Amino acid sequence: MPRVEDQQIAAVISVLVENESGALARVIGLFSGRGYNIESLTVAPVEDGGARSRINIVTMGTPMVVEQIKALLYRLVPVHKVSDLTQLGPHVAREMALIKVVCTGEMRSEALRIADSFRARPVDTTVGSFVFELTGASEKIEAFIELMRPLGLVEISRTGVAAIARGTRTI
Amino acid sequence: MNVATDPKDAVHADMPGSSALNGAEVLMRVLQEQGVEVVFGYPGGAVLPIYDALFKQNSVRHILVRHEQAAVHAAEGYARSTGRVGVVLVTSGPGATNAVTGLVDALMDSVPIVCLTGQVPTHMIGNDAFQEADTTGITRPATKHNYLVKRPGDLARTLHEAFYVARSGRPGPVVIDLPKDIMVGPAPYASASSAPHRSYRPASEPARAAVAEAVAAMRRARRPLFYTGGGVINAGPAASEALCRLVRMTGFPCTSTLMGLGAYPTDDPLFVGMLGMHGTYEANLATHGCDLLINIGARFDDRVTGRLDAFSPGSTKIHVDIDPSSINKIVQVDIPVVGDAGRAIAMMIEEWENGRGSEREALAGWWRQIDAWRSIDSLGFKQDQAASAIIKPQHAIRRLHELALETGRDTFVTTEVGQHQMWAATHFQYRKPNRWMTSGGLGTMGYGLPAAVGVQVGHPDALVIDIAGEASTLMNIQELGTIAQYRLPVKLFILNNRYMGMVRQWQELLHGSRYSESYSEALPDFVRLAEAFHGTGMRATCMGELDDVIRAMLAHDGPVVADICVAQDENCYPMIPSGAAHNEMILGEAQAGQAAKITDEGLMLV
Ligand SMILES: Cc1cc2nc3c(=O)[nH]c(=O)nc-3n(C[C@H](O)[C@H](O)[C@H](O)COP(=O)(O)OP(=O)(O)OC[C@H]3O[C@@H](n4cnc5c(N)ncnc54)[C@H](O)[C@@H]3O)c2cc1C
Ligand SMILES: Cc1ncc(C[n+]2csc(CCOP(=O)(O)OP(=O)(O)O)c2C)c(N)n1
Ligand SMILES: [Mg+2]
Repeated sequence: MPRVEDQQIAAVISVLVENESGALARVIGLFSGRGYNIESLTVAPVEDGGARSRINIVTMGTPMVVEQIKALLYRLVPVHKVSDLTQLGPHVAREMALIKVVCTGEMRSEALRIADSFRARPVDTTVGSFVFELTGASEKIEAFIELMRPLGLVEISRTGVAAIARGTRTI
Repeated sequence: MNVATDPKDAVHADMPGSSALNGAEVLMRVLQEQGVEVVFGYPGGAVLPIYDALFKQNSVRHILVRHEQAAVHAAEGYARSTGRVGVVLVTSGPGATNAVTGLVDALMDSVPIVCLTGQVPTHMIGNDAFQEADTTGITRPATKHNYLVKRPGDLARTLHEAFYVARSGRPGPVVIDLPKDIMVGPAPYASASSAPHRSYRPASEPARAAVAEAVAAMRRARRPLFYTGGGVINAGPAASEALCRLVRMTGFPCTSTLMGLGAYPTDDPLFVGMLGMHGTYEANLATHGCDLLINIGARFDDRVTGRLDAFSPGSTKIHVDIDPSSINKIVQVDIPVVGDAGRAIAMMIEEWENGRGSEREALAGWWRQIDAWRSIDSLGFKQDQAASAIIKPQHAIRRLHELALETGRDTFVTTEVGQHQMWAATHFQYRKPNRWMTSGGLGTMGYGLPAAVGVQVGHPDALVIDIAGEASTLMNIQELGTIAQYRLPVKLFILNNRYMGMVRQWQELLHGSRYSESYSEALPDFVRLAEAFHGTGMRATCMGELDDVIRAMLAHDGPVVADICVAQDENCYPMIPSGAAHNEMILGEAQAGQAAKITDEGLMLV
């Protein structure tokens, strides 16, 4: 079994940045320049009438690397706050996916049945296709995708993870 | 506040008493307000308005270099020797791209630089306009931070902010890309804001509890070692003075990285020499064997640690660093202290004074061990004293140091990169901080000559010497032109071994002595080269000529190029080969015999 220091852990990190040109490039450059991986990244203005954006990053690394990533993010000049949601306790992490399935006959009702049990909504329907909209934890989306694959899945569009701490705590 | 771009305003800007300034004039005012004395630069189309504003004022001096890379190195030399921010001005496109090596150099060595780059007018950005380059894109990973000013209203604030970012926290280079229309059009002036920065607020005050924990560990330590670095230099001369007090107060041995030399006097008995790949035997074995390693402002660089899993295996580690991302980056430490080195040392002194002293007996034993290691004289070399004998590079540097000392002048040394750099680090002595300027992190050949320009500009009356290799020197040799133009009495002291010596050494040790492309072929005649650049050239070819040449060089009040022809096959020892542990050091011929024995004994002891 690998030592604790060598184990890969997943981390969901939220970053509040000044909404200026280049801020996102700095964050991405930090990961690519040092060979850290980004599993998912989302960004949108959230505060101060759009003057600040929130970036949510899902990454993997040894505990030392995750600490390093946080320190490096915090070091960026336009960064206001860095918060490691995984470490701070319970949090909610959700993403939205649009999934296109092309099928006919039996397969259509099977697709609809599965979609229903996942609370995925068909947001576009034609004689030969569906586009389902699904929101949830990444694992739920993965599971849905796997079930749709044999039913004619042709295209996936995912937003990446948005995350927030549970309870009263804020970033 | 955004000012309408009305061409009439630009005309008014030239009139005395008018409050409407154009962007370039706003820039000049910011430089004045920031206390900038000198800018190192090179003109071009995109910065013509700035050069025009420069022409019309006389509080900021401009030094015209001969290559934009040299502008940045000169600003680095100026910054590192004066403790101020170095300022660079270059044009768009090739001016900016030429500056990139210098920017990365400053980033790696934490040097505060503000680099102003010209840019094509805002409406042409993205058009592949003439001399357009994506400067902010290219320099993003080469700087601590960068800006593109797109609105006149942002200009003054951005410029002030750039100075703040460059010098605060862990210092570094900042680029401000200035489109030509922003420089030509009117722009409002604003003074530096006293309000805290929106997001960037590095902490400089260490946590008292962390310092107390560190000092408690210091009291308990039986084999302690201070490992100090460039961060102490960055913290200002007062931090170095405090370090001296702390080291003497505790009686602990002190080693330094290449970047920290001079923070603690290198010729003091408590100093055990530089550590790392080309550090002394005693410094490296002490690092390997200590039970407490007190890192102050150093970053566990791979040239220092060698093989990581064998680095200082039995020690408790304290790490003082202003940059939280330096902590636990490479080596897991036990007691992190985040904050300014100067503050941390001052607090350590307070804590130390409030309690009992060190483990005296254990410490005495530790010193006996260190003295035993020291006695093999790992930097020793054999110099034949006959007048016709070939000069050893180490000897040339020792004589340079001794004769420079005799002049009684404040002496600053810069270096290029290679063997001569390591010998300059270990055979010249540095008693004060900010007197040693070298490219450590990036290891940029061609750094030393322009850096010497910057140092001499900052210290017109001081003795400034670039200890150089013949190959590195040629990388920025054009700066002899700058030196001539401003009558800078820089001394270029070339240890000419007719090889890229450091490359040759690695080829000898690791590639079966196949000296692939490392011979310095077709070298210029450096004496005549000096003369061609309106300077004085000198040459020493044997021991009998060395002292006379050094004396004549030091006595001359203008620029000198001294071509010191040295042994071609000398290697830099001791050496820890890449990826080896500290106790797997290679020693020179002079020590090889005794070393093995002492290592074994040493390892039993520690
Ligand atoms: C050919 C060659 C050979 C080399 N061999 C060696 C060698 O044998 N030994 C050696 O030591 N080096 C050697 N080097 C240099 C090496 O590559 C590194 O540049 C050097 O070791 C880094 O020095 P440092 O750890 O002091 O860190 P620096 O690069 O000086 O960094 C300073 C550290 O202090 C922190 N800091 C900055 N300001 C402050 C402040 N105010 N307060 C507190 N902390 C602060 C920074 O965050 C950073 O972590 C060699 C270089 C070359 C080119
Ligand atoms: C710009 C740059 N290119 C290449 C290198 C690799 N390099 C390191 S030392 C060295 C040789 C330096 O030769 P010289 O200046 O004569 O110094 P010496 O080692 O002989 O003292 C080279 C090529 C470098 N450090 N910088
Ligand atoms: Mg050479």
